[in-house]
Amino acid sequence: MTPSTIQALVLRNLFLYTRTPVRVVELLFWPLVDLLVWGYLTVFLQKHTGGSFPYQITFLIGSVILWDIIFRAQQGVALYFLEDVWSRNLLNVFSAPVTNVDYLLSTYAIGLIRAAITSLMLSMLAIVLYSFNVFELTWSLIPFVFNLLLFGWALGMISTALIVRWGPAAETLAWAVPFFIQPFAAVYYPVASLPPAIQWIAHCIPCSYIFEGMRDGLNSGGVSWYNLGMATGLNAVYMTLAGLLFVHVMKTAREKGLLTKFVSQ
Amino acid sequence: MSEPVLQVSNLVKKFGELTPVNGISFEIQKGEILGLLGANGAGKTTAINMILGIVTPTAGKIRVFGKDLAQERIAILRRMNFCSTYTQLPGNLLVWQNLLVFGKIYRVPKLKSRIDEVLEMLEIRHLKDRVSGNLSAGESTRLNLCKALLNKPELLLLDEPTASLDPDIADKVRKVTRRIRKEEGASILYTSHNMRDVEEVCDRIVFMHQGKILFVGTSEEILGHFKEKSLEDLFIRVARGGGIDAGPVSFDSNSLPV
Repeated sequence: MTPSTIQALVLRNLFLYTRTPVRVVELLFWPLVDLLVWGYLTVFLQKHTGGSFPYQITFLIGSVILWDIIFRAQQGVALYFLEDVWSRNLLNVFSAPVTNVDYLLSTYAIGLIRAAITSLMLSMLAIVLYSFNVFELTWSLIPFVFNLLLFGWALGMISTALIVRWGPAAETLAWAVPFFIQPFAAVYYPVASLPPAIQWIAHCIPCSYIFEGMRDGLNSGGVSWYNLGMATGLNAVYMTLAGLLFVHVMKTAREKGLLTKFVSQ
Repeated sequence: MSEPVLQVSNLVKKFGELTPVNGISFEIQKGEILGLLGANGAGKTTAINMILGIVTPTAGKIRVFGKDLAQERIAILRRMNFCSTYTQLPGNLLVWQNLLVFGKIYRVPKLKSRIDEVLEMLEIRHLKDRVSGNLSAGESTRLNLCKALLNKPELLLLDEPTASLDPDIADKVRKVTRRIRKEEGASILYTSHNMRDVEEVCDRIVFMHQGKILFVGTSEEILGHFKEKSLEDLFIRVARGGGIDAGPVSFDSNSLPV
């Protein structure tokens, strides 16, 4: 691991954002749309169900905020690779003294920065617009957020590995991969709402425990240690497997000359 | 003679049924400019990609600075650099931002003054604050060269550095290439389809055809042997399969295991 290399790779990405304001729009606009749609849906349901409105529905807003952490962290990793493809810079980076660890750590940092910007903006707006305060989770928010970041990074490594393996035509996976798992991730509804036959899928996904834990925490004010423990354990497995997949695919890419195929795009 | 800066031995690359590089061997000595010539599909780019560690060889060895590339890739890459007409630096960044990023990756000491130095050398210092994507083809090539020179590489790989350049800028690039060798003692592997480039810049030439080396030597030696007036005539003759026997001919006892 070389800190100066990681710093340089992060700096390159930050320069991209400062040089191209439209990228900031991408970072803020779509999450804002999500927040407004789900937020006003919650308001609508509150108004039309009177006193029978279940309190848990307000957690939809929290789900929007926390899901975005996963999505931004995953994008930080996957789009980082594609930025180099689009700018025809890929060979410059991979022919430079950059190790897999340097590369991955810099993508994690970018994912963290992206997630921090978006989630802070959404959290503040949720307080102002809907009086929903995700910070009510107090200190337990920190391990929840950390686990969401871990899972986002793991999904990002898997997305990048698939793009490298299948070539430029698979670029769309950079956006699609998180949504493959979203229906089973208990983001907007509890695992118990899923048909029993497919609940096991949800139990294999770390973030389902985070979203269940968030709902428990906001409901009871306590910390669901079981959910936190399961999420952390599963994330350790996912990070390890995704890291091994990334390293294996990069090795295969060098053997099969896959990286050079991106240059002719 | 001192140890070669680059030593390629029996290098083979197979992609399924295809064998773009088929048992090539050559060396570059310190301060030497070696031209890698050949028609499209001859295997030059695959060979360069293997020397950069972007493609793993199927067989053979690459030693750079006396070290095995397969074992010490990162340490070797710190001491070399690469410029290709087929790559670009991110177009959204300013010229100085791109050079700052790569300077940090290569751990260049006194980076800001080195950036000014290479921009001055390539005569584009006035473009330092310009957006890289708005540069002309010639300016963009010179920016790529600036990136390649940042770390004062001991081994520099230049892949068609004058392609798409007008004659004036191409001439400047050739002069800079010779200057880098003279002032910084760099060894250079230079690929080009421009025969004038090769004749003016390279000390020796490795001529590749269908993944193999046909001959190695100075342009005078090669032209004398094959009784051609120019490298361009010889290039066309080889590309059209005209009467050149397969198998390496070396005019230099150090370069090929003939």
